[in-house]
Amino acid sequence: MKSNNKVFKYIFLSPVVIYSIILILLPLIYILFLSFCKSDSYGGVIYNFTLSNYLTIINTTYIKILLKSSLIGILTTFICICISYPFALILREKKEEVRNLMTKLVMIPFLTNSLIRTYGWIVLLRKNGVINNTLLGTNIITKPLELMYNNFGIIIGMTYTLLPFMILPVCSAVFKIDNNIIEAARDLGAKPLQIFKNIIIPETISGVFNGSLMVFMPAIGYFFISDILGGGKVMIIGNLIKNQFLTARNWPLGSAISIFLIIVTFLLVRVYQKTGGKLDDLGGM
Amino acid sequence: MNKVLVRLENISKKYNDKYVIKNLSLDVYEGEFLTLLGSSGCGKTTILRMISGLEHVTEGKIYIDDVDVTEVDPTKREVNTIFQNFALFPHMNTWDNISFGLRMKKIPSEEIEKRVKKVIKLVKLEGFEDRLPSQLSGGQQQRVAIARGIVMNPKVLLLDESLCSLDLKLKRKMQLELKKIQKQSGITFIYVTHDQDEALTMSDRIVIIEKGQIEQNDTPQNIYRNPKTVFAADFIGESNIIPSIIKEVLEDSIKVITNEDKIPFIFSKYESDKKNDKINLLIRPENIKLSKNELKNSIKGVVKDVVYDGSVTKLFIDTEGDLNLKVNTNGNIDIKEEEEIYLKLDEEFVVPIRGKQNEK
Repeated sequence: MKSNNKVFKYIFLSPVVIYSIILILLPLIYILFLSFCKSDSYGGVIYNFTLSNYLTIINTTYIKILLKSSLIGILTTFICICISYPFALILREKKEEVRNLMTKLVMIPFLTNSLIRTYGWIVLLRKNGVINNTLLGTNIITKPLELMYNNFGIIIGMTYTLLPFMILPVCSAVFKIDNNIIEAARDLGAKPLQIFKNIIIPETISGVFNGSLMVFMPAIGYFFISDILGGGKVMIIGNLIKNQFLTARNWPLGSAISIFLIIVTFLLVRVYQKTGGKLDDLGGM
Repeated sequence: MNKVLVRLENISKKYNDKYVIKNLSLDVYEGEFLTLLGSSGCGKTTILRMISGLEHVTEGKIYIDDVDVTEVDPTKREVNTIFQNFALFPHMNTWDNISFGLRMKKIPSEEIEKRVKKVIKLVKLEGFEDRLPSQLSGGQQQRVAIARGIVMNPKVLLLDESLCSLDLKLKRKMQLELKKIQKQSGITFIYVTHDQDEALTMSDRIVIIEKGQIEQNDTPQNIYRNPKTVFAADFIGESNIIPSIIKEVLEDSIKVITNEDKIPFIFSKYESDKKNDKINLLIRPENIKLSKNELKNSIKGVVKDVVYDGSVTKLFIDTEGDLNLKVNTNGNIDIKEEEEIYLKLDEEFVVPIRGKQNEK
């Protein structure tokens, strides 16, 4: 019986394992392998071991791009947090049906292609777009605002695209807080701001971290947003990697940068664990 | 009598146009241990939450220490609540949980240190200061919850079924400890429970609530000995309720008979007593005497069930006149099922209950 159980276990597990190996593990190994190879001048790969790709990354130009991307990522994450908390806290007071409806509404834009939605922002943000025309027409401003083709445009686009990734984990963490402990805090004399600082933030920090990972990592990688709303003037890591693969045809360097990004993600998760976060909380929504 | 600390004046509470509490008035005296006792859904927790301010009062007024607090925010009332599930802050250790209220009030840290230390000693939690709630046992969590309330020096501490989730043994122990803590701290406790044992063990005064109304308000002894209503009699302790009729009304006494015109009881008269009025007689199971031989004024019965319960043996006896009586005897009586036996109902132990004639 016992060995039978084991056989069944493996049979049932096998689809997941096979999928993971083919779709995740093998490509990653291939990229890792490529990152230690040389490229020739025609876009091919020379299978010679080298560390030069990684050494290239430590170069002022690339470091600058990295810092800039991080800054955009951090700002996007921060704005998403600032939007998510009030949303979650207001919904917390509402009935279950309202909550479900609202969280579903947050998901709806996902049913449309994000590239198309990003183009939609051009209509709003460009020099003679909806926002500028309205402000000019009502004489609030005298010359059009530079709302896109700069960092501002990218951050707006990133925030808009990535906001659901923050709202959902923050909501689930905020909804999980036992109403009794909020009442207990009130009962002990805590004012709303004190409750937020001393109870809500510590109780939901894992949700926020979860959201932050899911916002920050794409925010430094979503090259199409910086292409469209940054007008190709602003380069983030995502553009960098894309360029290595598609324009410069330097696959080994692109792979090295990708591996570097993966390592950064791992480090962030480690920091989270070290500061007392549980891995389970990151997975659970 | 001590001074009135909490006064509820004709308070009512409506949920969705339905009254949960209607026109309830109650005085709570300084330093007493008052229990609101009632079955679930009777409105007792709502009363507690209205005192703490977590629930609004629909009509009526609440005074704490002669100050009208009906519209005062809970953060500003000198009242603290111990919640049913303790509601400890999961991410804070014992010390931080207990000191939370003081920190929120921005009390100087030396004073916080002093006060928290004192309470920790009072609730015997020394050495557990650094533990998180999840690392504490149920009893310890309970003590943190109590300490967190007491450290605020509230005028009144409200406890919402706070011992409910503990196992029986621990519950018994905590009951005594809670009473001790209350005496030592001198804080007025208002305790809500559906557990009559708890109410009898701890309270100075019990208020029985049913359907949002006060059924009886008295000391545990008086409620046990002289319940005013059938509900109160039934709720507190075990009881035999015998529906009866007033047979005769004399100058200062009434004669009452049970279904079968067998044993008359004589009680002192109430003004409202009229001939042929229905009246309930209460006799506690431990007050019925048993005998194998017929005695004067005894009724005959057949033992239907014998339940051994440690210190007592509970007998369920069907008697003449279609009564089903519970009788508690000491554990060592030798009686078997289907045995015939004589029961003696002593008049001094029989309590007439006028009030509503509601059957169980």
